[in-house]
Amino acid sequence: MSASSGPERHTSAAPAIELRGISKSFGPVQANKDISIRVMPGTIHGIIGENGAGKSTLMSILYGFYKADKGEIFIAGRKTEIPDSQAAIAAGIGMVFQHFKLVENFTVLENIVLGAEEGWLLRPSLAKARRSLLDLASEYGLNVDPDAVIEDLGVGMQQRVEILKALYRQADILILDEPTGVLTPSEADQLFRILDRLRAEGKTIVLITHKLREIMDITDTVSVMRRGEMTATVRTSETSPAELAELMVGRKVLLRVDKTPARPGATVLEIRGLHVSDEKGVERVKGIDLTVRAGEIVGIAGVAGNGQSELLELLGGMRGGKGAVLLNGAPLDLAGPHADGRGRRNRGIAHVPEDRQREGLIMDFHAWENVAFGYHHDPAYRSGVLMNNAALRADTDAKIEKFDIRPANGWQTARNFSGGNQQKIVVAREIERNPDLLLIGQPTRGVDIGAIEFIHKQIMALRDQGKAILLVSVELEEILSLSDRVAVMFDGHIMGERLPGETDEKELGLLMAGVSGQSDPLAAVN
Amino acid sequence: MDFLTVIQVLDSTVRLATPLLLACLAGLFSERAGIFDIGLEGKMLAAAFFSAAVAAVSGSVWLGLLAGIAASMVLSGLHGLASITFRGNQLISGVAINFLAAGLTVLIAQDWFSQGGRTPSLMGGARFAPITLPFADAVAKVPVIGPIYSELLSGHSVLVYIAFLAVPATWWILFRTRFGLRLRAVGENPAAVDTAGVSVVGLRFAAVAICGVLCGIAGAYLATALQAGFVKDMTAGRGFIALAALIFAKWRPWHALYACLLFGFLQAIALRYQNIDLGGIVIPVQAMDALPYILTVVILAGFVGKAIPPRAGGEPYVKER
Repeated sequence: MSASSGPERHTSAAPAIELRGISKSFGPVQANKDISIRVMPGTIHGIIGENGAGKSTLMSILYGFYKADKGEIFIAGRKTEIPDSQAAIAAGIGMVFQHFKLVENFTVLENIVLGAEEGWLLRPSLAKARRSLLDLASEYGLNVDPDAVIEDLGVGMQQRVEILKALYRQADILILDEPTGVLTPSEADQLFRILDRLRAEGKTIVLITHKLREIMDITDTVSVMRRGEMTATVRTSETSPAELAELMVGRKVLLRVDKTPARPGATVLEIRGLHVSDEKGVERVKGIDLTVRAGEIVGIAGVAGNGQSELLELLGGMRGGKGAVLLNGAPLDLAGPHADGRGRRNRGIAHVPEDRQREGLIMDFHAWENVAFGYHHDPAYRSGVLMNNAALRADTDAKIEKFDIRPANGWQTARNFSGGNQQKIVVAREIERNPDLLLIGQPTRGVDIGAIEFIHKQIMALRDQGKAILLVSVELEEILSLSDRVAVMFDGHIMGERLPGETDEKELGLLMAGVSGQSDPLAAVN
Repeated sequence: MDFLTVIQVLDSTVRLATPLLLACLAGLFSERAGIFDIGLEGKMLAAAFFSAAVAAVSGSVWLGLLAGIAASMVLSGLHGLASITFRGNQLISGVAINFLAAGLTVLIAQDWFSQGGRTPSLMGGARFAPITLPFADAVAKVPVIGPIYSELLSGHSVLVYIAFLAVPATWWILFRTRFGLRLRAVGENPAAVDTAGVSVVGLRFAAVAICGVLCGIAGAYLATALQAGFVKDMTAGRGFIALAALIFAKWRPWHALYACLLFGFLQAIALRYQNIDLGGIVIPVQAMDALPYILTVVILAGFVGKAIPPRAGGEPYVKER
């Protein structure tokens, strides 16, 4: 994939997509401000920006999901009105959403045909689609079983179905919104090979992402968005990750976490032969052993749904299980009245849950109310039988100050903070209790770069105070940069432990896919 | 219990299952499209009243049927407006429709006919007459087959045959046509339909309209075929039993037929055997009458195993960012 061949090749042709002065507001929030871009045919154009920068809104306008307040759209040089998705499809635009728009209990074929049927009878449409699907499969290397039911397919395959849906509708322009968020590294590589091939066949691809690495790897040109504005459009070959990050955030950003070597102390958490089942009774954690020592961060890598969530939930007291878990040498209740969040907190375990909006916060409560959840029994927050709200609010203001939570307003409901600031509220609540063990799941999911940097610093600071930290994240980069030790989970088992300095994304990616490595370098240590 | 009694009970089963079946299929269309409808009862009731009233006044049962369908569709439109256009709560809208129908029918009946909230008894052309199938009389004397043909299959009103033909028709529409594919899709994941460039609102209104038509026929059948005129609350919970049958059938047309026949059979038994004497213990008539309803509760309590409703059911569709 030569990054520079694309744009030069087609400079004479009309741009595949040209947006002129697109603006869009949602109430008082201006999501897109006067945005103009040109994407040449046969290229991959990246759009990068933090969460809430307006990337998805812009693409939704292009796909007819929203109507722009102002501005014009030109497709292949012709001015085009896109009032709805039907018009976008007719203009040759296909979109692969971040959250797939597939009917889960339909077959691949039915999903592909939906909305693009030949006539009012189903059978001829399905037969025709089956033939086209075979053609597409051989043309682009997109093999998929047409009769498989969507919910039985992995996410990588489901994404392939989304791409096929667009190609079946004869899309010349393909928009992909955060396509690698749910993929393993090897699935992501596969996707990039497909995109490469589509580009070679003359398709135009717009790739929306917040991952700098992907932009650098595959795009020809890249546009950077910040707070609804397009701050720059550059050739990928003429830029660098550091420059893009600075354009995204508006200031210099530390891409690497400053890390001193860990000085691990006594074992804080010891897990022996732990089994955890989910609510359907399916065993999700299948007998794992793990230790976390004081002053170290143990990262658990893995594709979502391989038991990491259940492990975290058990340790956080949200779920029961079987086996032995010792905290500072004393067993932790895995069932019974103390196996709950309060029991865990009394033992010195703090928990930043994976899904902050469902488990970390009550979205319609004020920030100052959220700051006390789980700790509202604390005498400091009490005056007699009543809550001492004044003390709570003072505490909140202190945390807002210390964690730079914006806006600095304790009376705002959690819902009205951005993702990064919501996460800061949860992190502030848990870290400030000075726990022996911090459980932290997906600390920076949906969090912008600036806040990621801040949260990572807080986690490192806690480690340097000699606390034990168990980190679960699907972002391999995050795991590698924060952890002192990395354990990879696959299908409820720990596939192996690695030291971040002695491994790379490729090796971890294989472990994440269930391919077990050679010898385990840490086997002797543990 | 002799053979003829069995035939008679089964014959009665078919009659009693018909309104359930129509209402159940009505609910099936609506819920498959993601619109929960607990207002089946109210729609049937309104249709029963207006069909009986128009038939009584005009003397034509066909005009009555049209009036019943129209009344039911107005309520369907109301439900659609509340739950599709204004994205309101579908349960509340359904409850409101039930209350509205229960009150309005009696009120209007009293105002128009002054017979204590009922319509005059329907006679002659104001009522659906039984249809005798060809050769029914000729084969009546043939053992076994004769009674089955002439008693069980022949001699129902046209609406009964429509109801039973609606089952394969529903299956065919759902699983063999473009409309059916889209209808099922919109009940599972409206976002998929929307991004495929098909109108979610249009599809859901179409489904709700079909629901209105079928409920209208069900109501008209109650007042102009099964009975001869409208009386207060004559649907007697059939809309809810149809809903139970729908869940029992797991939103599948053929299973809906079996479920409705089962409920119809229970009602037929209750009608036929008012007091069952089990050698000393007499099961009172009230217990028999309650049987279909008790079974409804048992089924709704999840006794039938896991029934997965259409995934987008009950949720108004809002475009996500």
